[in-house]
Amino acid sequence: MKISEYNPRDWKSHPPYMFKAYGSSVKRGPLKKLVPIKQTLSEITGPLFSGIKLDPEEIDLTRNADTGKEAMGERIIVVGKVMDEDERPIPNTLIEIWQANAAGRYHHPVDQHNAPLDPNFIGAGRCVTNEKGDYRFLTIKPGAYPWLNHPNAWRPAHIHLSLFGPSFVTRLVTQFFFPGDPLLPLDPILNSVPTKSGRQRLMASYAHDVTEPEFALGYRFDIVLRGRKATPFEEPR
Amino acid sequence: MRKQTPSQTVGPFYSMGLTNRVTNVMATESSQGQRICIEGQVLDGDGQPMPDAMVEIWQANAYGRYNHPDDKQEKPLDSTFTGWGRSGTDENCFYRFETIKPGPVPGADDSVQAPHCNVAVFARGMLVHAFTRIYFSDEQVNDTDPVLSSIRDKARRKTLIAEREERDGRVIYRFDIRLQGENETVFFDM
Repeated sequence: MKISEYNPRDWKSHPPYMFKAYGSSVKRGPLKKLVPIKQTLSEITGPLFSGIKLDPEEIDLTRNADTGKEAMGERIIVVGKVMDEDERPIPNTLIEIWQANAAGRYHHPVDQHNAPLDPNFIGAGRCVTNEKGDYRFLTIKPGAYPWLNHPNAWRPAHIHLSLFGPSFVTRLVTQFFFPGDPLLPLDPILNSVPTKSGRQRLMASYAHDVTEPEFALGYRFDIVLRGRKATPFEEPR
Repeated sequence: MRKQTPSQTVGPFYSMGLTNRVTNVMATESSQGQRICIEGQVLDGDGQPMPDAMVEIWQANAYGRYNHPDDKQEKPLDSTFTGWGRSGTDENCFYRFETIKPGPVPGADDSVQAPHCNVAVFARGMLVHAFTRIYFSDEQVNDTDPVLSSIRDKARRKTLIAEREERDGRVIYRFDIRLQGENETVFFDM
């Protein structure tokens, strides 16, 4: 059977498994050499969630806590395009979102940071890209928060995103950051990305065209998933 | 040409966004094929089971067909079965899937691949997810599987085989994932 393969993982873009400054990676990053395998149907297929029905409130994290009230914090609109390396848009793909609240606390029992929880903010949502690969969700700007990686360690504000793309090999979990955050150069998780340009690709940019007057600031974060090797006769999906 | 967006860890709080729904029951009563459970632990470099790992699997249906438009084989689709599942590890550090045994699927160069599930492993501390596969200990065709055969070291090959057991009349395959150490699971670059 003929297989239209995907490009390999670009290890100049992705972090290594082991990055000593990020303490948790030391015992959890695989150490043996990865075994290369040829892509087969097993790799080039993957879950598509094509029939998925999202509740409208899933794309509005400011109001999806089921309390009828709005979350505290600075409202932001996040938009972006999901595409492959050839800039072909990836339509109808699921994006899962999670983040801390405006005070820098996660709605999660493991998070014991002494900052207020917001009963009106659960910090999780989902959206799906449209036909042009565009997504959009509304949330509040997350706060920075401390962690135990090293003395006086603080994570810069960030939002976690999880994507599937069209195949098992296009899977991506990432997080994006906000421009100008003074904690960025100090963050070992961001700095695990080996190149400056790679780290730059995890920055959202302020988007005045997305900002809505009297309502919320806009940010843009585009996402690039693995593309396909030359596929001249294939329609983009 | 654009460059790939870098991967980042799921962190310690992924369950808020990723396992807040039931996603590990993949088969219904009417799904075609043999009902099985796959379970195991994800272990760190000290051999400690991890309470904050997450496993995703993707598999063919009982006929050996993937529910995806790029699988153009003339095998039946099963409308009750997408082939995808996700499980966090629970308070006892176990992940678990209720699924069906997949059928064999075509491999590279006209080969046939033994039944397997494709696996992605995520955790706090993992900056990039790791790919592996689950094969089944009671499949004779494992001997001719091209991926298994390509791993010469038998001890390493064994890290990809889930061991069959029966418990209360149910078929359970145990598959532990070792991120480091002597028996580190084989992970793929693919």
